[in-house]
Amino acid sequence: MEIYLYIALFAPLVGSLFAALFGASPKTLITGLVASGLLFASFVSSALLLGHVMNGHIVHVEMMTWIATGDLYIPFGFVVDQVSVTMMMVVSVVSTVVHVYSIGYMSHDKGFNRFFSYLSAFVFSMMVLVMSDNFLGLFIGWEGVGLCSWLLIGFWYHKESATWAANEAFIMNRIADLAMLIGIFMIYWNLGSLQYDVVFAHIGTLPLAVTTGIGIFLFIGAMGKSAQFPLHTWLADAMEGPTPVSALIHAATMVTAGVYLVVRSNPIYTLIPEVGTAIATLGAFVAMFAATMALVNRDMKRIIAYSTLSQLGYMFVAAGLGAYWVALFHLMAHAFFKALLFLGAGNVMHAMHDELDPFKMGGLKKSMKVTWIFMTLASVALAGIYPLAGFFSKDLILEVAFVEQHYVLYGVLLATAGMTAFYSFRLVALIFHGDERHLEHGIHPHEAYTFMLYAMAPLAILAVVAGMMFKTPYYLMVSELLPAAQYHIHNHMTLWIMIIGTQALVIAAIAYAYKKYAKAVKVDLKVESGFFYQLLFNQYYIPKIYDEIFSKPYLQLSKIAWKQIDLKIVDAMVDGIANLIYQTGESTHTMQNGNLSSMLRWMVVGVVVLLVLAVAFTVAYNNAVNLHAM
Amino acid sequence: MEITLTHYLVLSTILFSIGLVGVMRRKNMLMLFFATEILLNSVNIGMAAISHYRGDYTGQMFAFFIIAIAASEVAVGLGLLVIWYKRTGNIDLDQMTSMRG
Amino acid sequence: MFEAIAFYLFAILTIVMFTITVMSSQALYALTSMAAGMIFISAFFFILGADFLGAIQIIVYTGAVMALYAFGMMFFDSTRTIVEKRANPALVVVLGGIAAVLVLAIVVAPIVGMTATEGAYPIDTSVGNTQAIGMVLFTKYLVPFELAAVMLLVAMVAGIVLAGKKMDTSLTLMDEDEIALMDLSSEYETQEEGH
Repeated sequence: MEIYLYIALFAPLVGSLFAALFGASPKTLITGLVASGLLFASFVSSALLLGHVMNGHIVHVEMMTWIATGDLYIPFGFVVDQVSVTMMMVVSVVSTVVHVYSIGYMSHDKGFNRFFSYLSAFVFSMMVLVMSDNFLGLFIGWEGVGLCSWLLIGFWYHKESATWAANEAFIMNRIADLAMLIGIFMIYWNLGSLQYDVVFAHIGTLPLAVTTGIGIFLFIGAMGKSAQFPLHTWLADAMEGPTPVSALIHAATMVTAGVYLVVRSNPIYTLIPEVGTAIATLGAFVAMFAATMALVNRDMKRIIAYSTLSQLGYMFVAAGLGAYWVALFHLMAHAFFKALLFLGAGNVMHAMHDELDPFKMGGLKKSMKVTWIFMTLASVALAGIYPLAGFFSKDLILEVAFVEQHYVLYGVLLATAGMTAFYSFRLVALIFHGDERHLEHGIHPHEAYTFMLYAMAPLAILAVVAGMMFKTPYYLMVSELLPAAQYHIHNHMTLWIMIIGTQALVIAAIAYAYKKYAKAVKVDLKVESGFFYQLLFNQYYIPKIYDEIFSKPYLQLSKIAWKQIDLKIVDAMVDGIANLIYQTGESTHTMQNGNLSSMLRWMVVGVVVLLVLAVAFTVAYNNAVNLHAM
Repeated sequence: MEITLTHYLVLSTILFSIGLVGVMRRKNMLMLFFATEILLNSVNIGMAAISHYRGDYTGQMFAFFIIAIAASEVAVGLGLLVIWYKRTGNIDLDQMTSMRG
Repeated sequence: MFEAIAFYLFAILTIVMFTITVMSSQALYALTSMAAGMIFISAFFFILGADFLGAIQIIVYTGAVMALYAFGMMFFDSTRTIVEKRANPALVVVLGGIAAVLVLAIVVAPIVGMTATEGAYPIDTSVGNTQAIGMVLFTKYLVPFELAAVMLLVAMVAGIVLAGKKMDTSLTLMDEDEIALMDLSSEYETQEEGH
């Protein structure tokens, strides 16, 4: 089984290096094919490992020693257990699909080979992240995905907005990563090991305050990567990257790493339920907060990004309330339908010549029938209508909140579910129904390549069946590692009221969205100039606030450092040295009069000076030695 | 009266400084070459003396290689000097001002 | 005692000879006195038991180097009195003196306080000096020896090329007509010189 582990882990790396070989050359189809093929190999290996794990075996290998100094021993160890195999499956399935899709999507791009190199490198980093058996290996993967995310958001580096967004994402993540490092240091400082099994076995012996600190710091790290409030602004801006990147990284895999971290560290969070409650509260807040922003946004990809943010909030609610397996399950289901949604958006973008405003589209269901079906399916799944994936995973989180008697959270999540349905179908209605507004702009849409649609098909199937088919076997598998708790509402009456109520709310929201946007779009100026609309449209003014609070003072500080410190102290010193040398040269250049015999004399002077120095240093040294001896 | 290593080294130093004075004093390239030969030979005396008084062949080896270097230097140096003389008609050091900066 | 007499005798002779070399205004005197000085130096080598080195000194310096200088001087106008105008001869002597004192201090200081230590290649009295030198030279110093040989070869080639006529062009690398052209031009040159 170890061989499959290594294939699953290193096949993407090989693909990345292969593509990197051709990185600077123009498009060569072979790089895309090889990278996709290797990803598929990784997927097959992951599937074999899944079968192995489902039989109750865990694969744990120690590839080699990494750091061994003093008491610190950290190996390159990898573990495939119930949690990591779930993540591996999600990552390998989505990334294989995205790779194949990208062959079509990026086919006209100059950086085709470079793109595959980055994309496969990302998958490798993600695999390291989920498969590592210690916190430091996880951190390496964590930083690796951060780097690849930076590379991919800024893939079109000639666009200033893209580089800006890439840097924003990178810097925001650094802030959070610092906290995560502190958390890891605290673990090592107190327990002397970073191996999961050792740490989790001994975490109970620590004082509660220390455990709380570790939990908080690790969660701050997770907040950065999963774009939770207040570190959320980068995710929407990250949509500057190519759409397959958004599908793979900023919907399905990387942003869920934070959830994975919390799920993986569940023995820590089980000990500190207060922190868990805080996580859940923050998650519910983000779910609502992001959904409200998605309600009014006019950028197709940003809407989906906010929806991702909102769903991540759901996952954190589940994780915070101790329903780790539910969080992981929603992570998996969400990855499928959200990636599908993004890839569909990519098709629309291609057809619309990179137009992102859904108000300029409409009626696309005629020309893009398959994409329409896929995106509708994904939206239905996202809205959580029976029997699609979202119903099983998302409604389960609602039930968890209810059973744990956090009724406020439940209410918030319920309202958010309604909003989710509304903005999802607002998008679908605007894009695919109504008048063909794009004709005014002289755009004649066309469907994407057929193989791209075939590539998306597995995701569509999974979005439909994942919830229904996988829930029970998944629960049986994961409950061996994660706290097994079934969240049942014992009162049948309550249960049915809840389910029907939720479904009714969702369907009503969908119907309202269709009614409002499917026919003709009327711009209601009264609403749009209203306070709430403006507040939401400007993303609660948070980017502006950050700009005022952090960026501008920092700019001021930098200017002061530049004008006062750099120019007046550092530059002056450097210039002074240069001037000194220059003047020395000016005053001594008569020495170089080209007369060989005077040069010889100077040479002898130099020899004398060196000899004097030699004598002086020897005398000084001997004195020092004698003094020391005395 | 015993002759010690110091005697030889003093002699070596005296010869070295004679050579040094020659190097600084001479304007004629050929004479300058003579002075450099004196420098090399003075060092050779020191080497041989140290070899003798320390009972070690290393000094003699170095003297040996110094002689080889001196021979090569003369061959190449004289060749260059001949060319220079052919071109300019003199070998005066003060006339060689093509290196003026 | 004999050793002391020999040392002082040769020391004085060497110093005198080299002083003449440095100070004389006649190139021929300088050359002759230096040749003598070299031979006197070889005497020190014999006193020190470095027979081989002494022989080499006579052969290489007095035989080869001096002969080379003598031949070299044939090119130059050696009968002309060499005028050495110095701006400040005092500076020359002072610098030379300081350098001498410092070198002496540096070299002697460690030796005064030196304790006898075993050398890397100790003197072997069972065989002659030449044989012992050979043993060391062709075992421990083989690579430097070969390098020195290559250096001498390069120097020889360089000397020939530099001093020789038309040695900077290769007949083997030229075409027939180029060589013919060169012959013509050299004939022209000799005619010019003849006039």
